[in-house]
Amino acid sequence: MSDNNVHQKIKETIETEPVVLFMKGTPQQVMCGNSERALQALRSVGAPITTVDVLPDPEIRQELSALSNWPTIPQVFVKGELIGGADIVQELAASGELEQKLESALGGEYRTSGEERVVEVGEPRNPFGSVFTR
Amino acid sequence: MSERLESLLRGAFPDAREVAVVDRTGGGDHFQVTVVSPRFQGLSLVDQHRLVYDALAEPLEDGTIHELRITTRGER
Repeated sequence: MSDNNVHQKIKETIETEPVVLFMKGTPQQVMCGNSERALQALRSVGAPITTVDVLPDPEIRQELSALSNWPTIPQVFVKGELIGGADIVQELAASGELEQKLESALGGEYRTSGEERVVEVGEPRNPFGSVFTR
Repeated sequence: MSERLESLLRGAFPDAREVAVVDRTGGGDHFQVTVVSPRFQGLSLVDQHRLVYDALAEPLEDGTIHELRITTRGER
């Protein structure tokens, strides 16, 4: 049941968000150099970035890799399509292809003023858990 | 460890013009691999990297490779 839920939320996020970065940590607290490289590459072209932290729940990573057929984190999706991991995204950003890809997928006006949002796909955690649990 | 990765890559890409493995930190678990092979021609970068991941599936799964950076080029 929970497997299904995580799978469903990942799928939904990939399908509905224009640019999704599955990463270790959040843009405010990046926990891995490769996630940082992917984030910086996306920022360099002004992409509207939705991030998903894979660390809170190992299931997220398992379900994601099964879905994308890609074994490592980070993973970047544009309009539901896997664009690549840190190396590819960095390479595409440097060659100008990332910008072109975003323009053709999202339209010429895709650039945001650095809009970044974080969504959760794991099981919701009770924010008061630590307060009310003995 | 670099030798193991290189031999896995040579096995998977017998016609590769270049196979290079660099141990980035000297710790035997952070690697940069470069493969230049005609096999990549006409493939997206995502599919090119998938072939490299496939070749290195074992050391990736058993945790030998902690971090992998990949560069591929489709050249004869």
